[in-house]
Amino acid sequence: MRIHMLIAGTAILIASGAAGQTPLSLWYHGAGSANAEEALVNQLVEDFNASQSDYEVVLETFPQLAYNDAVGAAALAGELPDILDVDGPVMPNWAWAGYMQPLGVDEAKLDGFLPGPIGRWNGEIYSVGLWDAAVAMMARKSVLDANGIRIPTLDAPWTREEFDSALETLKASGDFEYPLDLGMAWQGEWYPYAFSPFLQSFGGDIVDRTSYQSAEGVLNGDAAIAFGEWWQGLFENGMVPGTSQDAADRETGFLEGKYALSWNGNWAALPVVEKFGDDALFLPAPDFGNGPVIGAASWQFGISATSEHPKGARRFIEFAIQPNYLTAFSDGTGLIPSTAGAAQDTENYRPGGALEVFYALSEGQAKLRPVTPGYIVQAKVFEKALADIANGADVPDTLDAAVDEINEDIANNQGYGH
Amino acid sequence: MAIVTADNRGLRLAARYAVLILVAIIFVFPLLFMAMSSLKPSAQLLLDTKSLRAFLPVGDLSLQNYADAFDRAPIGVFVFNSVLVTGITVILCLLVCSLAAFAFVFVDWTGRTIVFSVLLATLIIPYETIFIPLLLMASQLPWIGAEGFQLGWLNSYRVQIVPFIADALSIFLFVQFFKDLPKELIEASRVEGASWWAIYRRVVMPLSGPVIATAAILKFLFMYNQYLWPLMVVQEEAIRPVMVGLGYFTDQLNVPWGEVMAYLTIITVPVLAFYLALQRVFIASVASTGVK
Amino acid sequence: MASKLTRSNRSGWIMAFPGVALMTLFIILPFFLAFAFSLTNQRLASPNAAEYVGFENYRDLLGLAVFTLEPERDDTGAVIRDDDGAIAYPRLRTFTRNNPDYPHLQGKREWFSWGAGENRMVVLAADVVFMKALVNTFTFVIFVAPIQAGLALCLALLINQKLRAINIFRTIYFMPVVVSIVVVSLLWQFIYSPGDGLLNNLLRGLTFGVFQGRDWLGDTGTALPSIMAMSIWQGVGFHMVIWLAGLQNISPTLYEAGSIEGASRWQTFRYITWPGLRNTAVLILIVITMQAFALFAQIDVMTNGGPLDSTQVLVFQAVERGYGRQDISGGSTISVILFVIVLTISLVQRWLTRER
Repeated sequence: MRIHMLIAGTAILIASGAAGQTPLSLWYHGAGSANAEEALVNQLVEDFNASQSDYEVVLETFPQLAYNDAVGAAALAGELPDILDVDGPVMPNWAWAGYMQPLGVDEAKLDGFLPGPIGRWNGEIYSVGLWDAAVAMMARKSVLDANGIRIPTLDAPWTREEFDSALETLKASGDFEYPLDLGMAWQGEWYPYAFSPFLQSFGGDIVDRTSYQSAEGVLNGDAAIAFGEWWQGLFENGMVPGTSQDAADRETGFLEGKYALSWNGNWAALPVVEKFGDDALFLPAPDFGNGPVIGAASWQFGISATSEHPKGARRFIEFAIQPNYLTAFSDGTGLIPSTAGAAQDTENYRPGGALEVFYALSEGQAKLRPVTPGYIVQAKVFEKALADIANGADVPDTLDAAVDEINEDIANNQGYGH
Repeated sequence: MAIVTADNRGLRLAARYAVLILVAIIFVFPLLFMAMSSLKPSAQLLLDTKSLRAFLPVGDLSLQNYADAFDRAPIGVFVFNSVLVTGITVILCLLVCSLAAFAFVFVDWTGRTIVFSVLLATLIIPYETIFIPLLLMASQLPWIGAEGFQLGWLNSYRVQIVPFIADALSIFLFVQFFKDLPKELIEASRVEGASWWAIYRRVVMPLSGPVIATAAILKFLFMYNQYLWPLMVVQEEAIRPVMVGLGYFTDQLNVPWGEVMAYLTIITVPVLAFYLALQRVFIASVASTGVK
Repeated sequence: MASKLTRSNRSGWIMAFPGVALMTLFIILPFFLAFAFSLTNQRLASPNAAEYVGFENYRDLLGLAVFTLEPERDDTGAVIRDDDGAIAYPRLRTFTRNNPDYPHLQGKREWFSWGAGENRMVVLAADVVFMKALVNTFTFVIFVAPIQAGLALCLALLINQKLRAINIFRTIYFMPVVVSIVVVSLLWQFIYSPGDGLLNNLLRGLTFGVFQGRDWLGDTGTALPSIMAMSIWQGVGFHMVIWLAGLQNISPTLYEAGSIEGASRWQTFRYITWPGLRNTAVLILIVITMQAFALFAQIDVMTNGGPLDSTQVLVFQAVERGYGRQDISGGSTISVILFVIVLTISLVQRWLTRER
């Protein structure tokens, strides 16, 4: 067994050093992903290597939660790969910190892309992705009908009053453990991604986007406090499971009928369609006063600042964003393809496809998370503030503290280069 | 002594075993849960966590989770890496730390008190808190290996091994143990003209079975469970250890719990085996030395 | 003490050298670097050069202020009370946020407060989360160290019996130790699961349904105790083994002598066993204290410091700041403070347990 592995290891070493091609290292975050993502990237790399003879892309995959830390460590040590895979909202930080260089691809090639999969910083494009993701209010038509709740549309989403009363009605029905599941079990990036759109719809934000120099007044202003009180009410009134929700309930609660509604991403949509068929509904975000909003999201490819072969890296990325790969990724992972053209050919997002509605959601409601290098810290602060408020912390005080921490961080980083 | 009847003795024996078994249940149940869950499909596993079925081999049992887990991640590679890195570190640690402790306890040399105090103070520095400076250093350290001279240790086995060879706790364990050994033994050997090295090898180490076992187990556990450091310094999948590999299963939006349990069971086996192997040495040597 | 027989500068240095050199390079030097970082504004990722900031990071963590909050009064000067009769106070944020009259309160938050007549005395901290982490860490150590050491001794006495199959029990009691704390934390999340989780169901069964079920990790009152219980469960086997080694080192002739003199069980323990375990006790106390102060993985996996900071601890904060929030200097500062605290404690411990 051991010897076998050693031989295999040696073989890999020899293989990667062979041929006259320039090696290009590529890091990807999806190690172990069951939804075929890893296989798709492998295929993409293989195709690229076979398509030309100048470069050979060598793929290294990482577990997702470890990925950003691994890149940070590698950057500190000056060991970044040529091609990086980067989470959209994190990209400005990496670009600002000098991990990445502008992509330099022809913008015409990105025509028709959704805004989510394109990463811009300081007027330059640094990264581009093959897919987008969208969040929707998952529901069942039969449940809404039985409780006399209007089915909202993209043009006429639920208002705050409608949404709140829908929750009350569903709770009063007694058929569910909780009327709504927000996915509090998913800590980390889920909080800012899924919940900051509520804040934005209330009229607040994580940071003031005009200058990106302060959160004062936007994260602790009247709109934000109104959002905070509403948020806290959801938990106090038993409308949603709290921060200690276990991952299993998040995964299966809606399918098992524990929850009437579930705020969840399109990656979780296929099991819902399978289970409920035509009864499944993917509804747009409610409008809390300033228009309905959902987060835009995408992992993207970019070129590291230290790459000695940016030309090759660019060639690979241009190769990767061809429509057939956008389609293949979507079919394999259930994610939204980056262009309408590619969506036409996909299984789930073509007209009449099971998840078609998500493309419209992404196109109509999606808003990028704050495009600033400070986002990494701001996301953490926001996550903690939301968890604390959910657990009963004083709303204005908690938001004030969050503002102070964000502002202090911005000052410590000399304004993050805005 | 009071006279005890046979019945009475039997009863007391039963009571003793009852206590032992009760305590054993407390210690074993989460592990039983892990092992049993690894045989169940995820959906059933999660449902079973709501009742005592969690600890029982009931329902739809199969090794499917193990097969799926091996499909998802190169588990053999991870376990091999962890065992290799851990094994080498443990052996070097035992050697280096026992030597140092020997010097601190038995040999009288200028500066030993102060050096020992400084080293002991590092006992309280959690590794997590020095990893970033350590990373910066490791990326600049020179190495002479098969490929000649190179700068930077990242992405290698050595960066997972060398920084952890010597630590205060291991030295401290040896020092505490050596202090209890009779000084006369060493002095007698010196009188006979034995070299320090010979005393270390022939007199002290043969008596040190228990502390070697203790230090080895502790070091093994620490090394085998390393997560943050290999995450920062190892990029290649081929040299990744088991705890980083756990992310292949848990860093998913829909965590495959059955496979997680299978993976946890698999990675627990080498440690358990290591302990069982050492336990015998450990208990036997404690009994046989009869020191003091 | 120093005899010619044992004196040897060269041999001593040579034998100690590998360990001393490795530890100097890989522990002491990085620690000094961390100390240096704590005096700067070093970030994990930044194009800006780090600058020397003196002890600002320490002030940002340790800054405290006491403030007397006076009740709100109406025009007549009478104290305003709400419907329940509770005194109404102005919001603290009117003093701590951009109020030029109270520059020393700027950015500070309430840590705790108490009523003093009509006034409220408020203790404000520059970094409430750090203060809570400090208190929680001490709470954890104060409970876990003695309980774990005591339980471990009981277990060691239990398995130090000459019984058939005792080795099986020794192995079982030790088993949690060999399982990674990360793994243990993952498993115990199921046990502590709210609603119909394992522990809730078990307690409900044992109390015939009287027990209502708790949200063990989601409740500020039970989160830290739950983590303590799990940590003790996981670690106790190791210390049991150290105690056991100590027990078996006690000469059987002493016990024989005791039994000839007709000593009771308690007397045997008090006058033979316990004195024989002295060195072991010192070792165990030190090891447990160190391990308890380094508490990290359980928090990282199970609670992330929540709910409401009830499980924030120092090492978790150091890591969270250094890596998560990219604030190397802040994380390093916490490390240095932790080092100073534990060093002080271990000096006191050594003084208390010194051989008189």
